[in-house]
Amino acid sequence: MIQLEHVSKAYSAGIPALNDVSLRIEEGEFVFIVGDSGSGKSTLIRLLLKELEPTSGAITINGKKLNTIKRRQIPKFRRKIGVVFQDFLLLKDRNIYDNVAFAQKIIGVSNRAIRRNVPNMLSMVGLAAKYRSHPKQLSGGEQQRVAIARALINKPKILLADEPTGNLDNNNAWEIMSLMEEINERGTTVVVVTHNLEIVRAMKKRVITLKQGVVVSDTTEFSEDNPSSLFGGAEYDGGDYIDED
Amino acid sequence: MAAQNTTGVTISMRISTFFYTVRQGFANIWRNKMFSFASIATMTACIFLVGLFYMIVTNFQSMVKNAESGVAITVLFEPGISEQRIEEIGELLDQRVEVSKYEFTSAEEAWNSFKDIYFEGNAQAAESFAGDNPLANSASYAVYMNDISMQGTLATYLEGVEGVREVKKSDAIADTLTDFNSLVGYVSAGIILILFCVAIFLISNTITVGINARREEIRIMKLIGATDYFVRAPFVVEGIIIGLIGALIPLGILYLVYIKITEFISGEFSVVGRMMQFLGAREVFHTLVPVALILGVGIGLIGSRITIRRHLKV
Repeated sequence: MIQLEHVSKAYSAGIPALNDVSLRIEEGEFVFIVGDSGSGKSTLIRLLLKELEPTSGAITINGKKLNTIKRRQIPKFRRKIGVVFQDFLLLKDRNIYDNVAFAQKIIGVSNRAIRRNVPNMLSMVGLAAKYRSHPKQLSGGEQQRVAIARALINKPKILLADEPTGNLDNNNAWEIMSLMEEINERGTTVVVVTHNLEIVRAMKKRVITLKQGVVVSDTTEFSEDNPSSLFGGAEYDGGDYIDED
Repeated sequence: MAAQNTTGVTISMRISTFFYTVRQGFANIWRNKMFSFASIATMTACIFLVGLFYMIVTNFQSMVKNAESGVAITVLFEPGISEQRIEEIGELLDQRVEVSKYEFTSAEEAWNSFKDIYFEGNAQAAESFAGDNPLANSASYAVYMNDISMQGTLATYLEGVEGVREVKKSDAIADTLTDFNSLVGYVSAGIILILFCVAIFLISNTITVGINARREEIRIMKLIGATDYFVRAPFVVEGIIIGLIGALIPLGILYLVYIKITEFISGEFSVVGRMMQFLGAREVFHTLVPVALILGVGIGLIGSRITIRRHLKV
């Protein structure tokens, strides 16, 4: 489903953001990717979306090698991947119905089908009643739900979430993660990049830890006694991951 | 059959996408009210200046043209020239592209005209010349030209024509009008260049503001799988509409201003009015309307494409 083979990504200067990363995520998995700032988590997400090109190595998603995808084929490729960001990235000048409908519009879904699909999806994320609200009228948690609804409306096989709870309080963070779990149970592969170790610990999923661009651990075993083994030896205070930078 | 259905669905999708992008173009103008207002205001100011200048220049040129058309070369013939040769010279004039028209004045007409001017009220003195036209060799062609700067060439040509005794021309008037014409030409080119630079500066500034406001929007659209066309089309529609409005407003203002000012000058300053024949509004706007619309839509189109081009590579 998702495979990275010896993938490195270096920006113009300095240490590479990702260094010889190889990993494989199977269909239907729920995977957390953790690590401190600058560990290469966001670079990984951007590579998976083909927003960036790797300096070396190969990435395969849904059986398709990303380096064989031409520029004009990128939109079609991205439509098979749902994506959610820390800062929601909603179109601020449109109401939430239009934000979700936009994802269907770009793939040419008829207006009639959109009128049926969007309310269903908004119901699923618990926002059916607020379809006319604008993003700024919603709380952070609600905005993230809209982003999830938009990410899922085209029924992608993969959902990528880059710090989806980063801007949310604890309650909202948990609600969003429950929603992600529910989505995963319906068959979607979910990859979540996060700082929130409390959630990571509690959900007992596969965890891939990155440090300075290298995979330092990849485990489904969580050790309460030795959390640092899970997070590549970084300092851990029992809550959020502490930045070493 | 299935292929036909697929084609049908694709076409209907394209039509629906087209109308969607047009609607989005209009919606974008409303959503980004401040940006739209700034763009339209900038465009209006630039096109207004260009239009105003165009009106002044065309009127100047028309006045110079009027002055030019009143200047004639006089062609006098050899004594005893036959009527047939005079006609032949007329035919030669017909073939010259720089000649707009020519008028023949016979010796009798020349003498009658002279008498009217110099023997006014002294018919007796004039009568003393009866039967003996002192201007017997004064039959002439008055030759009017399309382009006064060609006067010298035409005169040299005519002097070499058989049967022509003398060619009278006014170098001073021709030179003044030619100089004035080139001065108007240079000044127009200079001012148009300055206006063009000012317009580009103002519009690129407005676009830079637009780019910053739209950067995130374009990135979001691209990340969720919108094609370049889908992202670009509403911007292009928006640019065209802004360009159209930005051209129609100054055209409307210029039309009213032109009508009022020409009426005012002709009415209040009758001396000036007699000297300066303003072009009709229809004549001026016949060229100005398409030029302003092309300028407005063109700038809108190019501006919108520049705005998004850099950000499509997501």
